[in-house]
Amino acid sequence: MTIPEIFNILQEKFPEAELVLEENNPDPIIRAKCEAIADISLLLRDDPDFSFDSLMCLSGVETVEEFQTVYHLYSMLHNHKVTLRAGGTKEEELIVPTVSHIWPTADWHERESFDLFGIKYTDHPDPRRILLPDDWVGYPLRKDYEPQKTWHKIPLTAIDYKEEDNGDES
Amino acid sequence: MSEIREIDIPVGATPQKISQMLENFEDVHGERMVVQMGPQHPATHGVLRVELETDGEMIMKATPHIGYLHRCFEKTCESMTWQQVVAYTDRLDYCSSANNNLGYVLACEKMFGIEVSERVQTIRVLVSELNRLASHFIAIGTYGLDIGAWTPFLYLIQEREHILDLFDRLCGGRLLLNYMRIGGLTHDLPDNWLKEVHEYLSYMEGKLDEVNSLLSYNKIFVERLANVAIISEDMCIKYGLTGPNLRGAGKKWDLRKNEPYCGYETYDFDIPVGDGEVGTIGDCWDRYIVRVKECEQSMRIIKQATERLEKMPGDDVLAAIPKSMTKVAPGEIYFRTEHPKGELGFYIVSNGKKFPWRLKCRAPSFSSLSVMSAVSPGLLIADMVALIGSIDIVLGEVDR
Repeated sequence: MTIPEIFNILQEKFPEAELVLEENNPDPIIRAKCEAIADISLLLRDDPDFSFDSLMCLSGVETVEEFQTVYHLYSMLHNHKVTLRAGGTKEEELIVPTVSHIWPTADWHERESFDLFGIKYTDHPDPRRILLPDDWVGYPLRKDYEPQKTWHKIPLTAIDYKEEDNGDES
Repeated sequence: MSEIREIDIPVGATPQKISQMLENFEDVHGERMVVQMGPQHPATHGVLRVELETDGEMIMKATPHIGYLHRCFEKTCESMTWQQVVAYTDRLDYCSSANNNLGYVLACEKMFGIEVSERVQTIRVLVSELNRLASHFIAIGTYGLDIGAWTPFLYLIQEREHILDLFDRLCGGRLLLNYMRIGGLTHDLPDNWLKEVHEYLSYMEGKLDEVNSLLSYNKIFVERLANVAIISEDMCIKYGLTGPNLRGAGKKWDLRKNEPYCGYETYDFDIPVGDGEVGTIGDCWDRYIVRVKECEQSMRIIKQATERLEKMPGDDVLAAIPKSMTKVAPGEIYFRTEHPKGELGFYIVSNGKKFPWRLKCRAPSFSSLSVMSAVSPGLLIADMVALIGSIDIVLGEVDR
């Protein structure tokens, strides 16, 4: 099944999920409202026409305007792929329903995305930091992140990421 | 403490009989004890801490704690140019750096629409298969070491040493190659290098049979691993286990065949799968033996690639490397390759400038390790070591 076909079926089944097809990429991406992600995922896994049984990757992303969670799905049976995206503006905390009950591999990936981006996943079975210590302050992959000066009296060499403008010079 | 009770055990009772009698006393179970396994445990292949909740010798719950090697690879990549990242991918899984390079450069090439010549592709295949061999030798050798077989480790390290010498002649690096570039390679093959690869292949003939007779079919080794920590195919897919772990569960799945890249579809090789030869499909031994069989297949690919390169006319391996990457196409892509540990994916977001805007590495070991807390309840503490070794993790990649 191609991504536009999947998109049309999803749009019929979830009229209120504000689905958008982003076609300006090499692979088109289906964008959905945060609240609808878990329901869409469950359908994508369980419907025999889709049967997306494997979650290849789950990543947090920060764009200029918003935080996002991106899901890359794959079906071992039908050999097709789809990418989902959920996002929210930076003014408020991004809260996405967990998909870890649908694909257990999402458990650690969601924890990582919470750890490094501060994206919250509702109903997650184990919402702790995973790579950083539990008492770490801040979310390192955010573009405005500033490392703390010390951690348990250990001085941390602060790298000034602000100085390195992200590719403005050409 | 539990209260002490007396039970009469008749003279000559079999162990089965005694355990049946003990089952009637529910409170015979001891107190739960928490054991910290690691972070400096030799069998964890790096710094991994597993918090074990045990009842006697039995594991009730295991919680892995990772992050000891965390250096925020992804953040660092955001302040490096596209080409500079290649050197840093070496450090992800330091046992198979060529395969890491390959995954990253292919993702970038696909995103920016760069086509490389057939010669570059064949050299990439050759180098990454050699590295797959080296990585599997480490996996097999250290697995024997974990289980208590010291000698096979020394043999395999020796065979791996010859591969590292080949890499040394190729690019100066033994472990961290940094040989590939987006659009090509740093330089062409040195003189006589292909001849040395041929010599190595003929030297390796029959060596894997030695491994099999020393280790794989050793009675102690088999009894220690058969029917231990079974991970079914369904569970593998759910938890994102890929590569040899998934094949060990009996699924014929290899990205080199299913989603070919770098011209892998033109090579003649098989996908070995676990078949429960000594125990159940998907047990520790099956995951182990798949790696041994894969070494054979890698050697077949190396042989074919070497023969092709000998006939192929030389061309400029730097020809397709972009002169400047300060302005690139914006967009995002997820690309995956078959890494010795499993599926290595790179999710790259570009905003058109000279640094990657976001680079997420989907590390195979990270997903493989997440299955641990689901598999381990009911295992003995000693079998935990067998489980960790059989899923073949490298902590440099888990923690990133």
